[in-house]
Amino acid sequence: MLSWLPENISTYGGDIDSLMYHIYYITGVWFLLTYGVIIVFLLRYRRQEGQKAAYVRGDSLTQASWLLVPLLIVLALDLWIDFQGSEVWAKIKIDAPSSDLLVGVTGKQFNWEIAYPGPDGKLGTADDLEMENELHVPVNKVVHVILRSKDVIHSFFLPNLRLKQDVMPGRTIEAWFEATKPGRYPLPCAELCGFGHSGMEGSLIVHSLDEYEKWVQKNWPNKP
Amino acid sequence: MSNILGDVTQGTHPEKKGFWRTYVFSTDHKVIAKQYLALSLFWAVLGGFTAYLIRWQLAHPETAAPGAGWIPEPFMYEGVVPPEFYNVLITMHGTIMVFFVAMPLLLAVFGNYLIPLMIGARDMAFPRLNMLSVWVFALASLVLLISLFVPGGAASAGWTGYPPLSARAIYTGVNWGMNLWIVAIALEFAAFLMGGINFLTTTLNMRAPGMTLFRLPLIVWMQITAGVVFMLSVGPLIAGAVMLLLDRVIGTTFYVPEGGGQPLLWQHLFWFFGHPEVYVILLPALGIILEILPVFSRKPIFGYRPIIYSTIVAGILSFIVWAHHQYVSGIDPRLAMPFSITTILISVPFALIVFAMIATLWKGSISFPTPMLFALGTLGVFLIGGLTGIFVGSAPVDIYFHDTYFVVAHFHYTLFSAVFFGGFAGLYFWFPKMFGRMMNETLGKIHFVLTFILFNTTFFPMFFLGVGGMMRRIANPMQYEFLQPLQPINVFITGSANLLLISQGIFAINFFWSLFRGRIAGPNPWQANTLEWSTSSPPPHENFHKIPTVYRGPYEYSSPETAEDWLPQNQLGLEEVKK
Repeated sequence: MLSWLPENISTYGGDIDSLMYHIYYITGVWFLLTYGVIIVFLLRYRRQEGQKAAYVRGDSLTQASWLLVPLLIVLALDLWIDFQGSEVWAKIKIDAPSSDLLVGVTGKQFNWEIAYPGPDGKLGTADDLEMENELHVPVNKVVHVILRSKDVIHSFFLPNLRLKQDVMPGRTIEAWFEATKPGRYPLPCAELCGFGHSGMEGSLIVHSLDEYEKWVQKNWPNKP
Repeated sequence: MSNILGDVTQGTHPEKKGFWRTYVFSTDHKVIAKQYLALSLFWAVLGGFTAYLIRWQLAHPETAAPGAGWIPEPFMYEGVVPPEFYNVLITMHGTIMVFFVAMPLLLAVFGNYLIPLMIGARDMAFPRLNMLSVWVFALASLVLLISLFVPGGAASAGWTGYPPLSARAIYTGVNWGMNLWIVAIALEFAAFLMGGINFLTTTLNMRAPGMTLFRLPLIVWMQITAGVVFMLSVGPLIAGAVMLLLDRVIGTTFYVPEGGGQPLLWQHLFWFFGHPEVYVILLPALGIILEILPVFSRKPIFGYRPIIYSTIVAGILSFIVWAHHQYVSGIDPRLAMPFSITTILISVPFALIVFAMIATLWKGSISFPTPMLFALGTLGVFLIGGLTGIFVGSAPVDIYFHDTYFVVAHFHYTLFSAVFFGGFAGLYFWFPKMFGRMMNETLGKIHFVLTFILFNTTFFPMFFLGVGGMMRRIANPMQYEFLQPLQPINVFITGSANLLLISQGIFAINFFWSLFRGRIAGPNPWQANTLEWSTSSPPPHENFHKIPTVYRGPYEYSSPETAEDWLPQNQLGLEEVKK
């Protein structure tokens, strides 16, 4: 099932994927066991002539342990999944590395407006450059994305980077990623945002470092 | 056990009333349950039709859906779904299925019909309030229907109605459609508040002599827990809905950032209700299975009291998990971990209930009539829904799966299993009681096999779509280059979904045929123990000729006390005879 995942090209995507695989194996084994037990019971204890069901109420502690033991296993597995999850979550959401590059992305019905800070590295200055739906970034650099919305809620979704973040009007939300492979990747909106929601899509273009230099030269020819 | 209204109602005789008072403006809980059944089946047909149009558009975008050419402009253009109308369809599909099918079917139909019969009461504590409840629900239904036809179109902001999309007409072009959608849902909540009060009061005050709280059938426990959870969670959302309506109608800015409002507030209010709501729907369905499993295993339910405690714990925990719907919404990331932990903890009481169900089968004497098949089907399907919930409950994994078809698949595995598998199980099981005739077994079994297979071929591939990254609520996957390789899955799903919808016709045929031609059922066709089977089928006005006295719990099957493999709650046993 998980072989349908799009190619991962982010530094933390692998952590999310391996967590996904852990849960997949745990739930998979659990699923097979439970289904196996149910099917065996249904066959073994189907109604037969002259056979009466056992009178078992499950009230005594010995009998209740048939419930409690598997329950403790469930609890232990649950907490293990949570513990792993909290590490991955902290890495992605709380301990973000400092940025090499800042980009502003503003959602509006039904486009992404991308703002590049230019040579001074600051957004909101005269050397900013605006583009629609094209997010150009260099490979192997930490990119911080400043997310805003002009109208309704959108959701900034980079499937290949395992990154999704809702874009809230009235708020500024920061997300980050580091792409590990050059190429062109989809950047759809993942939150219903109106009649043009379907088809609201930009592209992430990850450049190799040389190419990225060329792209910068082309767009800021007077770079000091 | 005291029965405060017992003296008042004892010994009254069924009185003859005219057609209108008997079938339309009735205060009889059994008639009200059937009125809710009729309304919920009507909405289920409409909800199914929206599913058909949604699936057709996804598999064959911008082509005419067969059989939909009659729908006029501006809804559809010669059978083609335009994007605005697609958003209406997904909004209505969710709204209809959750609020106008799941809740009336699982709570109002089974709760109304069964609670008084199972506790040995003549009617609900507040019969007139009960009648008001169904009529307010009918009004809500009418308002929702009208909202489809007002200028500007119907609500199209999703069933979750996130502002600012839902808070200002400029963003969707929808004006009164959205206002009426809010009114319809508020009316529906009012109807179910009346129902919840009735369920709780009736169960606490009107039990037959000997019916202690720990002799109640589990479905009664589940129904009142669901009722209490609903009543405690819905208040904030009603307040939230009023603010949304004010934002729309008089231009306040509760949710609109230009005026200092906060769109996230709605999400908190919505999911503070919305997640408990999942259990409001699920608990009655689990109750149905818990009634059916012991009857067809001829064995007491395993762990009656632990199940009750689990139900209460789950009800309490359901109030502190809501933000798991909002991991990527922009809440403080430090909040995600506490909510992950509560979310994963709530799996524990449900795991116990599932284990108890499985242990009930152990050493049973199991037969497989249609209600049992659907009960086992509910269990099998719900299990997949529960296990896949662990993926989306884990905050880092949810970053990827949020708003994809993985979520759509997950909640259909939980909700479809509860509403349709659970609902069908209950209908096949209590149909003989409700209408006095048996449903046809052969048709029932065919219906089950087709529904079980086609349900899985429809919804399991949606997990693949979600893993592949396909977003929810997009009208045309072919607009996205990265989703085009997944399109054959969409075509396959739509084929399955169409067959699934068609195969429900078998149920409709069986239902109406059995209503008039089914074999006469007799009072207790399944040899079951609970009190509703001790009266005639269908029960007379005021349910019992004489209020029964209860001597034991509801699941005494294959008890050593008797040579039979069943021992009704109201039958004198060896011990009582000795005394």
